[in-house]
Amino acid sequence: MGVKPRVLVVDDDSALAEMLGIVLRTDGFEPAFVADGSRALQAFRETKPDIVLLDLMLPGLSGIDVCRAIRAESGTPIIMLTAKSDTVDVVLGLESGADDYVVKPFKPKELIARMRARLRHHEEVASETLTIGPDESPVQIDVPAHQVVRDGKAIGLTPLEFDLLVALARKPRQVFTREVLLEQVWGYRHAADTRLVNVHVQRLRSKVERDPERPEVVLTVRGVGYKAGPP
Amino acid sequence: MTEAQPEVPEDQPGVAIVPKAVEFWRRVRGRAAERLMSSARAGAHAWRHSLQLRVGMTTVLVTGVVVFVIGIMLVDQVSGGILRAKKQAAVSQAKIGLASATSVLAAVDAGVSGDVEAAQLQIKSNLTASGNSAGLFTIAIESGSGISAAATSTTIPAGLRTLVQQNNLAVQYAPIRATPSGKLERGLIVGEPVQARTGLFELYYLFPLTNEEQTIALVQRTVLLSGLALVLLVLGIALLVTRQVVRPVRVAAQTAGRLAAGDLSQRIKVHGTDDIARLGQSFNDMAGSLQRQIRRLEDLSRLQRRFTSDVSHELRTPLTTIRMASELLHANRAEFPPELGRSAELLHTQLDRFEALLGDLLEISRYDAGVARLESETVDLRGLVGVTVEASRVLAERHGSEIIVSEPEYPVTVDMDSRRVERILRNLLGNALDHGEGKPIEITIRCDDDAAAVTVRDHGVGLRPGEPGLVFNRFWRGDPSRSRLTGGTGLGLAISLEDARLHDGWLQAWGERGRGAQFRLTLPRHAGHTLMSSPLPLNPDDTDDVDEDE
Repeated sequence: MGVKPRVLVVDDDSALAEMLGIVLRTDGFEPAFVADGSRALQAFRETKPDIVLLDLMLPGLSGIDVCRAIRAESGTPIIMLTAKSDTVDVVLGLESGADDYVVKPFKPKELIARMRARLRHHEEVASETLTIGPDESPVQIDVPAHQVVRDGKAIGLTPLEFDLLVALARKPRQVFTREVLLEQVWGYRHAADTRLVNVHVQRLRSKVERDPERPEVVLTVRGVGYKAGPP
Repeated sequence: MTEAQPEVPEDQPGVAIVPKAVEFWRRVRGRAAERLMSSARAGAHAWRHSLQLRVGMTTVLVTGVVVFVIGIMLVDQVSGGILRAKKQAAVSQAKIGLASATSVLAAVDAGVSGDVEAAQLQIKSNLTASGNSAGLFTIAIESGSGISAAATSTTIPAGLRTLVQQNNLAVQYAPIRATPSGKLERGLIVGEPVQARTGLFELYYLFPLTNEEQTIALVQRTVLLSGLALVLLVLGIALLVTRQVVRPVRVAAQTAGRLAAGDLSQRIKVHGTDDIARLGQSFNDMAGSLQRQIRRLEDLSRLQRRFTSDVSHELRTPLTTIRMASELLHANRAEFPPELGRSAELLHTQLDRFEALLGDLLEISRYDAGVARLESETVDLRGLVGVTVEASRVLAERHGSEIIVSEPEYPVTVDMDSRRVERILRNLLGNALDHGEGKPIEITIRCDDDAAAVTVRDHGVGLRPGEPGLVFNRFWRGDPSRSRLTGGTGLGLAISLEDARLHDGWLQAWGERGRGAQFRLTLPRHAGHTLMSSPLPLNPDDTDDVDEDE
């Protein structure tokens, strides 16, 4: 890994930002900082980071809006830093496009582990093509090229959504529990918040399914988890 | 409730009834009784529930009795007056006729019937000619010798005759015939003795009372009709007045009902300034005050929640910075001089404790604000216990305690919020390790159809009498002098109790000085089910018995 991964830290608390900078540099990242929500998007375009750390409570534009704005033009991984662990806040953040979240006060090791999990897929190199979904309208996944095609049209997925789809597609018909998906896709070692999985499955479905209400690619197995639809 | 007894018709004497008919009759009676009972019940129900009906019925009853009594008196007075006047007129008629009759009868021989008949006609024409004030009448003449004239069709009562024969003027009401072939009707008979040469004649004036009877009947009808009209009128007035009072009361009752159901904006429309309006106004004032109080409490609760959330955010951000700085120092403590290295260690461990305390405080304030929500799913309790035991392995080794789990071989599925139940188990286990003095900790899981239970038993110092009730108090410490390896926040058991309550479950403690303590968590296996009993006893002495049985 020759080039240090670039991190954009969007946080209005200067002490926390500085401390994050120290920790990130120690762990081999190259951080950039922005304190104001309204300047976050511009900073994102300028720095072209590999990953974004985003505080939800910001002056100017709220973290949720920044998250939407970034997601609208890029699939760059976003990890929310939040002080609220209540369901509503977390789900709102995830639905606006964040890939993962850490609740303050977090341990630096935990944050670094999550960041590495989100950056990990860049290192995968393997020639692999997967096909899932119904026969008349299959979803074709070119793993090294990060491309998903259905009915001749390319579907734009974020890296995380792509990882989730690939994880399911590699073992079609196997049922994945939410805990297993958390470990494989998000890199969690301990069982944690399964809301992450639910929200991202919904987002994935809204992109790959013909009718998200009646999924045929990513199927729910009641009381257990999810599995890929028959190829 | 008064049950109307069904009337039992008596079998008529002398009528032979065959058995089949008896049965039929009984059935009919049974059905009639049922109908009677049910209508009596319906009536009693209406009576109890309608003020209007009660007032109406009472008014009708009282007015009816009063009108009846007055009517009877009135009719009695009027008819008595009419009859008295008739009697007076009749007597004076008889007196007027006495002289004429005496002169006519003087010449008549009582023994000759033709003479008597002629005399009667004579007297009659005389009396009619002189005009009369007592109305139409007929005359009968009798004599002591038994010869009578034109009186064959009229029965003069014997009592009256005796009186007249004793030379008295006598009056009696008796049935008479107006014409010889006519039917008997009410009448007045006046009898007077007439002294004749040949002996004593009895002269009777027979007055029919037809006109008087008609008048009295008319009076009776009038009194009856006006009485009925009066009762109906009073009933109408009573219903109208009651309605005026009852309707606002009903409206108030309905409004109060809606208010109680939670619609605090309900009010009564108030017209005027009378008593009913005052009732409505007071009711509205009460509702308004209630609404203000509840709003104030809601605002307070909202503020409390806001505050909790704000404190959370404001504290967490600097804490994150401190935490990261501490981690950095802690990771490099080997490079520091010994004092600085130890300081970094202390900073690190106390930060953990501070963080735990902050988390617990926020959690309990969430309970206090009533915003804690259950996120239930069906989970195997054994798995959750396993995870908790595994997570406490390091702590158990430090305490030197062995953890022994006794669980059934089948899944113990429970509808629960696994995050909260795991927290309860973690707190119970941490508590047991804390006070277990390095002796084994026993965890037992049991379930029946409705409930699942976990007990955590330690064999440490135990609890003093009265303490099992105190251990769930916030910041309660059994023995302040004892050191605590886990550095518990003092809120763990209080939060656990709230967590258990949120599941409609039980969390209870048992302990004896020197014999250790046991905590029992009992959860309903299905959400919404009310716990009746626990599959495990709270006192471990009973547990021993159960184990022997198995």
